[in-house]
Amino acid sequence: MNRTVDVLVVGAGPAGLAAAARLAAAGAGRVEVLERERAAGGVPRHCGHPGFGADRRGRPLDGPAYARRAVRAALRAGAVVRTGVSATGWAGPLTLDVTAPTGLERIRAGAVVLATGTRERPRSARLVPGSRPAGVLTTGELQQTVRMFGPGDERVRERVGRRAVVVGGEPVARHAVRALRGAGVEVAAVVTELPRAAHGFGPVPVLTRTAVTELLGRGRLTGVAVRGRGGGTSVLRCDTVVFTGDWIPDHELARARGLAMAPDTRGPVTDGSYRTVEPGVFAAGNLLRGVEPARVAAAEGRAAADAVLDLLAGRHRPAEGVPVVTEGPLRWVTPGLLDAVAATVLVRPDRHLVRPLLTVTQGGVPLRRERLRGSLAPWRSVRLGPEWTRGMDPAGGPVVIGAEE
Amino acid sequence: MSVTRTGPLPTGREAEYDVVVVGAGVVGCAIARALARHPLRIALVEASSDVGDGTSKANTAILHTGFDAVPGTLEARLVREGHRLLGAFAGEAGIPVEPLGALLVAWDEQQLAALPRLAEKAVRNGHRTTRLLSADELPSREPHLGPGALAALAVPGESVICPWTTTLAYATQAVRSGVDLYLGCRVEKVRTGDPWHRLVTRRGVLRTRHLVNACGLHADAFDALLDRRDFTVTPRRGQLLVFDKFARDLVRHILLPVPGPLGKGVLVSPTVYGNVMLGPTAEDLDDKSATGTTAEGLAGLREQGGRIVPALLDEEVTAVYAGLRAATGQEDYRCAAHPGLRYVTVGGIRSTGLTASLALAEHVLGLLADCGLDPGPERPLAPIRMPNLGEAFPRPYRDAELIARDPEFGMVVCHCERVTRGEIRAAYASAIPPAGPDGLRRRTRARGGRCQGHFCGAEVRALSEEYGKGAR
Repeated sequence: MNRTVDVLVVGAGPAGLAAAARLAAAGAGRVEVLERERAAGGVPRHCGHPGFGADRRGRPLDGPAYARRAVRAALRAGAVVRTGVSATGWAGPLTLDVTAPTGLERIRAGAVVLATGTRERPRSARLVPGSRPAGVLTTGELQQTVRMFGPGDERVRERVGRRAVVVGGEPVARHAVRALRGAGVEVAAVVTELPRAAHGFGPVPVLTRTAVTELLGRGRLTGVAVRGRGGGTSVLRCDTVVFTGDWIPDHELARARGLAMAPDTRGPVTDGSYRTVEPGVFAAGNLLRGVEPARVAAAEGRAAADAVLDLLAGRHRPAEGVPVVTEGPLRWVTPGLLDAVAATVLVRPDRHLVRPLLTVTQGGVPLRRERLRGSLAPWRSVRLGPEWTRGMDPAGGPVVIGAEE
Repeated sequence: MSVTRTGPLPTGREAEYDVVVVGAGVVGCAIARALARHPLRIALVEASSDVGDGTSKANTAILHTGFDAVPGTLEARLVREGHRLLGAFAGEAGIPVEPLGALLVAWDEQQLAALPRLAEKAVRNGHRTTRLLSADELPSREPHLGPGALAALAVPGESVICPWTTTLAYATQAVRSGVDLYLGCRVEKVRTGDPWHRLVTRRGVLRTRHLVNACGLHADAFDALLDRRDFTVTPRRGQLLVFDKFARDLVRHILLPVPGPLGKGVLVSPTVYGNVMLGPTAEDLDDKSATGTTAEGLAGLREQGGRIVPALLDEEVTAVYAGLRAATGQEDYRCAAHPGLRYVTVGGIRSTGLTASLALAEHVLGLLADCGLDPGPERPLAPIRMPNLGEAFPRPYRDAELIARDPEFGMVVCHCERVTRGEIRAAYASAIPPAGPDGLRRRTRARGGRCQGHFCGAEVRALSEEYGKGAR
């Protein structure tokens, strides 16, 4: 079946829903959100911990509550949110092929917003050697398994195991520990190659500067071999290991469309208005680089919606500007292109940096230098307001953002 | 026909067979299927809980022409025949095969010098269509090949195939045609006798007039149960990396290494599932259960793969695994009939076993006849059509008519591999249902993609339990 809509949003997570809500509220016409999962709301649906802002009365929201509100907001605004619908590929510049229980569709849109989110690299992509036993999970799979039954249910322990090791030291590792302990699973240790882990692991031992070198066990996991800071190896006995963090954008549709990808984020390159290099195709949220908090992704979705409205109003502009790149101990920067429109830039450090000196230069000309107060952690991005790139030449060479300690 | 995984084996007349085949890998299943063409009582007995769960599940998935076999060997003949037989069977049964052709790429003078000899060897193996390609011709044939390739030998006819569907198709057709399949049924003792051999397993005792050893890595151990010590199986480990589907556009042919004095090297090959595979390593081990990967092995593969197709290393890795080949210290298969024991050993079946499987089965029928088996008249096998796992052929998620008939085939559960709920349900309702998520992966690809279960793992597991209950 062939259909036409005004805007097609792929992914009903925080970014996609926020984009759809704003577009529908602004009268963009038929705004349709495709969600391949059976429920809309994205990753927050599985995050049973606070940290998703607060409701109107100031009570903290957990992930599921946040997701429900986001879905409600999009629906109230008039967006159509379809679940269990998979976008499987492109049939044209702004046309997607779709599989649903109701059949196949080919949907053409005036604009497409990609908000397909991110996933954690599994054990195989991390090239962790050893046997291939059962009991090897990512946080995503763990959280979904726990959520399927609810904490404390004996079936969770049947499926997940009885004693777990969590790999990773970022806040998401803390969420994994919380999910495991809530389900009655003992957590033997948190293992991270970082010199310092996030706080809040409670009584669970955190082994820093420690790498997992091998998975052991036939049929079921029996332990993980680790190499500690002194170079010595030992075995942590466990029947479950959870690999956390190490995000990679779920960029299948973006790559299938041939969008330019930033090598450091592995997400599609956009300008400050979330336009990709393909006219009418936008990208927002954690698809751009991996995990940022839900409110960051939602704000990007809203900003992308404004750019979509411009396009629909006939004010089409292609993605343009000069490339932005990082140097020094910085992992990535988004957006990948800076044009004359003032934009906020997001930078992620590679490691802990204490009172770093941040620099922005273009063609060797310094635009700004500033020593930050406090320290940066590798699991948090730094937002640099538009003033950081003021004076940049939109027709010049790449803008380079650097850091020194 | 019956398929069981647990519970006691039948007793009395029900436990009496004309032939028992031990080992349900690709070779054992092919033998059982060949025997099923005759009015015989046949059982296929397997220690593992699934068919194709040993060497057969972790090979390089290539349907070889046999161009580089040692001329005159049993292996050379059976690979050549098997290539033809399996190619035809794949078409009937719906096993995905892609005839991409192979390129043997020479990277140094020694390898360059070997190419004409390989072309001559191919001719001696009945393969006359190989062609030497100059360095200038390579970029158009294989645009992402690394720098420094001197020349290549093109071998048309080399194909990629789905090894999981192949083994399952043989077993399914055998079972549908009357073979009894006992999984989770390790043979612990064999009491030879006349007219019955008694096979003692943990689940009970089977009696059989004729016995076939298709135990793969454990063929020597099974031989020992009958007091035969003709060879020793030394497991040779091969570690492999499977790259993301986005790597598929980087490779057009099966890129085979040129065998040299420093070993066989690794190959880079597309898979029928739309990925690219790199491997295998070759490590001789003592431990027949050592299917783990090692840091050195993986690093070595990446180094070698990066020279063959440099852009490969920028792509994500989807899966890492290791398989064991059954090396016996002799460059040929070790098939032997023991007429006095009414016993046939099919040993030393190396990586070419998948290709040779159907020809091996015919060969074993001959060896059983040498052991006094009169198979009787032939009859047609039950027709089968396997679910397609190949990316080059129609998959359910793109099948409008199928989804209209059954909306569950429009419900994508595993997003990376686009496996639908309908396929998972069908796998559990099939003649040989999976024993769990790993078996399900080999039947549907569910949970086998880039996220390895991050998105779908919990649901796939829940569906496995829901459908699996009814199936067993």
